Amino acid sequence: MSELAAMSLTQRYTVSFGTIVYKEVSRFMRIWLQTILPPAITMALYFVIFGHLIGPRIGQMHGFSYMQYIAPGLIMMSVITNAYANVVSSLFGAKFQRHIEEILVAPIPEILILLGFVTGGVVRGVLVGLVVTATALCFTELHVNSWGITLAVVVLTATLFSLAGLINALYAKKFDDISIVPTFILTPLTYLGGVFYSIDMLPAFWQKLSLGNPILYMVNAFRYGMLGVSDISIGVAFTVIGLFCVVLFLFSLQLLRSGVGLRT
Amino acid sequence: MKALELKGLGKTYATGRVALGGIDLSVEDGDFFALLGPNGAGKSTTIGIITSLVRKSTGTVKVYGVDIDEDFEAAKAQLGVVPQEFNFSMFESVLEIVLNQAGFYGLPRRQALVHAEECLRQVELWDNRHERSRTLSGGMKRRLMIARALVHQPRLLILDEPTAGVDIEVRRLMWDFLSELNRRGTTVILTTHYLEEAERLCRNIAIIDHGQIVENTTMKELLAKLRAETFVLDLKTPLQAAPSHPGFPLTLVDSTTLEAVVERGHPLNELFAFLGSQGIEVLSMRNKSNRLEELFMNLVTDHNRDGKAHV
Repeated sequence: MSELAAMSLTQRYTVSFGTIVYKEVSRFMRIWLQTILPPAITMALYFVIFGHLIGPRIGQMHGFSYMQYIAPGLIMMSVITNAYANVVSSLFGAKFQRHIEEILVAPIPEILILLGFVTGGVVRGVLVGLVVTATALCFTELHVNSWGITLAVVVLTATLFSLAGLINALYAKKFDDISIVPTFILTPLTYLGGVFYSIDMLPAFWQKLSLGNPILYMVNAFRYGMLGVSDISIGVAFTVIGLFCVVLFLFSLQLLRSGVGLRT
Repeated sequence: MKALELKGLGKTYATGRVALGGIDLSVEDGDFFALLGPNGAGKSTTIGIITSLVRKSTGTVKVYGVDIDEDFEAAKAQLGVVPQEFNFSMFESVLEIVLNQAGFYGLPRRQALVHAEECLRQVELWDNRHERSRTLSGGMKRRLMIARALVHQPRLLILDEPTAGVDIEVRRLMWDFLSELNRRGTTVILTTHYLEEAERLCRNIAIIDHGQIVENTTMKELLAKLRAETFVLDLKTPLQAAPSHPGFPLTLVDSTTLEAVVERGHPLNELFAFLGSQGIEVLSMRNKSNRLEELFMNLVTDHNRDGKAHV
């Protein structure tokens, strides 16, 4: 106690935050065969089937081979899925096993709990993104149009979906509840978010409808960062992603502060 | 100084169930305090509110003078909690669990390692530090929770039935450990179903039932309120029927075991003189049940009957 009393609040909070992140990263690294490796295998299959077998029949898109065109979308798809899955499974698992109480009884402000879990999700999302990028490089050449935009989109998207996963986990009461959103909302939105096609190819009605899909903005912003082509204005894309991040962050913080799903 | 002060603490769940009906309770610094009550009495709810796992409906909670509504982080920094159920990750090692807990409290890794070693050695788990927690026995898991609760050196340790489900050897080891901890200055609040445990360890006691404190006194005073004790006598020769005595109700349990209810202040010599006069030889004698258990049952039964505490 005396050692803790001698430390400043900032020092203590830095250690607390670091410990949550460490615990989160250790968790998914401990089970890397379930968390890091599968996206690489899945994406390799996508590249073989869509890139090598079907791609040549489709031809070029926006001046790039089909394989090069879908690569940013596939990388982004992995980032989204893994950032979401990390936080939703980790937090719900902690609730289920009740070891979330280790954090709740400790003197940690809710905002640090939120940032700790989200950072864990972002780290996994980015790590999987790197693994999938390495996989993509085995099949095609990749160029980076703007490192700044590419990295910013990856981090913001991973943050957004980590926040979404956290909200899902807070509301979830049983394991079914953490698979409903990924299965029925996240996967359809991702597949319809321009990963495999340009919305220019769609009829006008579907083009307009697609604009309501937030994942379209992320995939296109990332594609712009890598290839320099996008169906959406990069400014609009960043505004949409940023707004979603802010809204979900404030909502998550409010849920944590009011104890939804954690305190009775 | 008061380690813990509860005033008008109440909890009504969304279902309308009143778990705590506005209790007042205070625990002095350095005390070893027992909080007893039957299942569903409100013990765990009280602990849950103090540790922030349950949101209170009314009242105030102060930990070493710090109001949890004003500075919950400062209040929580002084607390260590050992919950009733295992609540650590089954996939982490013993050392990881303790180190992470120190980290959550803000203790840097290097210092945390020193404290973790000290705590794990105290509960005899240092040799098991690299084992996954799921491989530990029930008693080891209980001791791990105690080590985890102590790693940040709290001033107030709250234990919610810490010896539930552990064998008598481990329980006695834990009793010695907790006594020593208290002797070195840590305030301890204990809830338990083993009343013998409370009688042996605690100096002060509160009994809670249906969300109300029905008794709050020193252990000595409480035990002094006992009306009668039941003794079990093992006889040398078998009896056909229990002898009758107006001062001591006697019951024959089996042919060589007799139970005698003795009022407080009534000399036992009289009982033995009577048995001697009947030609009954007593080989040995013991208390039928824990004294505190009898008192506890009286209090809770009386409280349920007419809403007042009697002894």
